Amino acid sequence: MKRNYYLLAGLAITGLLSAATLLGFFWTPCDSAAMTADKFLAPCPAHLFGTDNFGRDIFSRVMEGAGTSFLIALCTVAIGAAGGVLLGAVTGYFGGLADEILIRVGDALTAFPSILLALVVISLLGPGKPVNLILSLGLVFIPSFARVTRAAYAEAREVNYVKSVRLMGASHARVMLVHILPNTLPVLLSALTIGFNNAVLAEASMSYLGIGVTPPDASLGYMLSEAQSVFGRAPWYALTTGGVMILFLFGVGLIGEGLRFREGDAL
Amino acid sequence: MKKPFLALVLGAALLCGLLTACGSGGGGSDAPAPEPARADTLYVGIAQDLDSLDPHKMVAAGTKEIMFNVFEGLVKPAPSGDLIPAVAESWTISDDRLTYTFNLRPGVKFHNGAIVTASDVAYSLQRLSSGDADIVSVDAFSNIAAIETPDEMTVVIQLAEPSNEFLSYLTAAVVPADYDELDTMPVGTGPFRFVSRTAQESVVLERFDDYWAGPAALKTVTCRVIENSDSILMSLQSGAVDLFAHLTITQAQQLGDDFRVEQGAMNLVQALYLNNAVEPFNDVRVRQALCYAVDKQAVIDLAFDGFGFPIGSSMYPAFSKYFDDSLTDYYPHDTERAKQLLADAGYPDGFSMTITVPSNYQPHLDTAQVLVEQFKEIGVNAEILPVEWETWLNDTYLGRNFETTVIGVDASTMTARALLERFTSTAGNNFINYNHEDYDNLFAQAQSCTDDAEQTALYRDMERNLTENAANVYIQDMADLLAVRDGLTGVQFYPIYVLDLYGLSWQS
Repeated sequence: MKRNYYLLAGLAITGLLSAATLLGFFWTPCDSAAMTADKFLAPCPAHLFGTDNFGRDIFSRVMEGAGTSFLIALCTVAIGAAGGVLLGAVTGYFGGLADEILIRVGDALTAFPSILLALVVISLLGPGKPVNLILSLGLVFIPSFARVTRAAYAEAREVNYVKSVRLMGASHARVMLVHILPNTLPVLLSALTIGFNNAVLAEASMSYLGIGVTPPDASLGYMLSEAQSVFGRAPWYALTTGGVMILFLFGVGLIGEGLRFREGDAL
Repeated sequence: MKKPFLALVLGAALLCGLLTACGSGGGGSDAPAPEPARADTLYVGIAQDLDSLDPHKMVAAGTKEIMFNVFEGLVKPAPSGDLIPAVAESWTISDDRLTYTFNLRPGVKFHNGAIVTASDVAYSLQRLSSGDADIVSVDAFSNIAAIETPDEMTVVIQLAEPSNEFLSYLTAAVVPADYDELDTMPVGTGPFRFVSRTAQESVVLERFDDYWAGPAALKTVTCRVIENSDSILMSLQSGAVDLFAHLTITQAQQLGDDFRVEQGAMNLVQALYLNNAVEPFNDVRVRQALCYAVDKQAVIDLAFDGFGFPIGSSMYPAFSKYFDDSLTDYYPHDTERAKQLLADAGYPDGFSMTITVPSNYQPHLDTAQVLVEQFKEIGVNAEILPVEWETWLNDTYLGRNFETTVIGVDASTMTARALLERFTSTAGNNFINYNHEDYDNLFAQAQSCTDDAEQTALYRDMERNLTENAANVYIQDMADLLAVRDGLTGVQFYPIYVLDLYGLSWQS
C-alpha cells in the first residue's frame, strides 16, 4: 500500500500545534494577561510573535487563544455530531413522514447563513458566555451532520446485509449501531474534520464580531479583530495569529483527506 | 478529491484576510495635488456632512462644531470656559435673578449686511421656544416669561423662575428676523459666512470682513466630508486636507513628518462608574479600595499611548473655573492600602464583580481591560460584560441594573451644574444611585446662591465630596487628537465640542 503522506503530514502539523496548545493551558512563556510598557514590539527572541497594543506577549496569547478556540470548536462539533448522527440515523433508517418533516426543517435551517443563525440563537441565550457560544454553534452544526448520516443510513437500509441481520432477528437499535454505523465511518470522519474546521472559523467570526469570548480572554478570532485596528503599526499581530489558524486548519484538512484515502483503500 | 481540501485552505486564508482587512477600499479619488502656497485658504476634513444649515435645527455635534464659526448668540463660550460678550456688549442681572437686561453691541452686522437689532434677538429666542416641529427647542427657554425690546439696542428677558445658569443658554444663534432662507443660505454674525454646500462632499466658508472683532486671518475655509475613516490619513498625506479633528491614536501615529498632533480634550469624565446601591459598592471602603487599586497614568499609558488627562472627580480640566487639580491624586496608586481597606470592609480575599461596557466604544473596552489587570493585584476578580449601546442605555443607564461600568459622561451646557446635578439623590439621571446628604445640601445651597464666587466654591465642595466618598473610580478626560499641517497656528481648544477657525493662520 502506498504511504499515506496526507495523513502523515496532517498528523505532524496538527500534533505539533495541539501539543503547543495543550501546553498553553498550563504554561506560557510569559503571563498572557500581563500588560507591560513594551507595546508593539516586533517579533524578537524574547517575544517570538512580538507584543500587542497592551504590551502583552502575542505568542503566549496565541497559545492560550488557540486553546479557547479549539476547545469551543471541539465542543461544537461534539454537539453537532451527536445530535446530527442521532437524528440522521433514525430518520434515514426508518424513513416515512418523520424523515420528510425533519429533513425539510433541516433544509430550512441550512437556508440561513450559519453565522446568522448562530447570532439569533446567541442573542436569545445571551452573549458573553462561552457555554452559550458553544450551544448556539452546536445547534447550527446539527443539520449538516444529520444530512450526511441520513444519506448513509437510507442507502444501507436497502442493502442485503442489513436485510439479512434483520431476518436473523436483530433489533432496530442493534442494526443501526452495530451494523450500519461502522460503515458510515469514512463519511462521518471527513464530515468531522470539515466540521471541526468550520467550527474554528465560526468561533473566530463570532468573536471577531464581538459576541464570542469577552476580553481580556483570548481567542484567535478575537485577537484577529484586535489585530485589524493596529495592522498598520503591528502587522505581525494579524499575520502570526492568522498564520497559526491557517496552519491548524491546513493540518486538520490534510488529516481528513488522508483518512478518506485510507478508508477508500480499505473498502 | 483535492477540491474540498483546497477550498478549505483558500477559505481559511480568505477569512483571515477579510477579518484583518475589513472595511478597506474607497477614497483616493478625492485627493487633488497639494498646493504649497495657500496663504489664506484652509482645507478642513470633517467626518460627516452637516445635518442642517439652520442653526436652530441642527442636532449633530459635528455640524455645530463647524457652524460655531458662522453663528453667535448674545454671549459665546471662550476657551477658558467663561461666557464672553458677543452680540451683546454687556448685560445686567437683577438681584432676584428674574430679569436679564442685554445691551447690544453697536454696529454688529449680519452676513447679509443688515445691522443686528433687538427685534432680531427677540425673534431668534422666540423661534427657539416656538415649539415648531423642526426647531430643536431649548428647554431652559420655557422659563422665559416675556421678552421686551424697549429700544433698538436693548433686550430685556423676564424669567418665570429665578435662574443662575440662564446665561449659558444664550449662546443660541441670533439670526435675522423673518429671514426664511436659513435652510439654504444661512446668515449669522460669526467671523465666517456660509458660501456653499455640496451634499456629501464639501462646505465652503468665507471670511466675513465686517466681523465686529475684526476679520479672521484665513480667507476661505473648505470643509471636506471624509466619511470613510480609512481615507482620513490618505487625505491628509496627499494634501487634500490640512486639519482633521478627533483622530485615533493609531491614526495620529501614522501621520508622517508634515504634520503635528495637537492634543485637546474630549471634555468628558471617563470613569469606572460604580452602582453605589448594590453590594459591595454600597460600602465606601470598597469604593476607596478600588480607587487606590487603579493606576490612572498606567491606564492612559497602556490603553491610550499616554494621551489623556487624569482627573479625580466629576469635572474635567477645561472647566478651569471649577476644576480642582488637588483631587486628581487624592487616591495615589497603593495596592497595600487597597487590600487593607478591603479587609476592613470584610473582603480580605477580594470579591468578583462585572464591568459593563458598551461594546461599540473601543476606548472604554480597552480601559476596562487594563482595569481588570489592575484589580487582580488586590484580589478583585473583574469580568467584562460587553453590551450593545442600546442595551447599555436601557439596562445600565436608565434601568440602573449594573455593578460597574466604564463610560464617559459629558456636560450638555457650559455649567458645572450639568456635570454635578446628576449625583444628587433625587436626580433622574443619577444612574450610580449616589446618595449623600451633604452633597444634596451643597447643591441646594449652590442653587440659591447669588454670588458667582460663592457658587463656584460650593460646586468645588461638591466635587470634593464625590472624591472623598469615592463615588466612582475617576480615570481621565480622554484626549482629542487633532492633525495640523505644519505652518498652521492658532489652534484653540474649548470646553465644548467646537472647532474655532477664527484664530487660525498660516505662518511662513
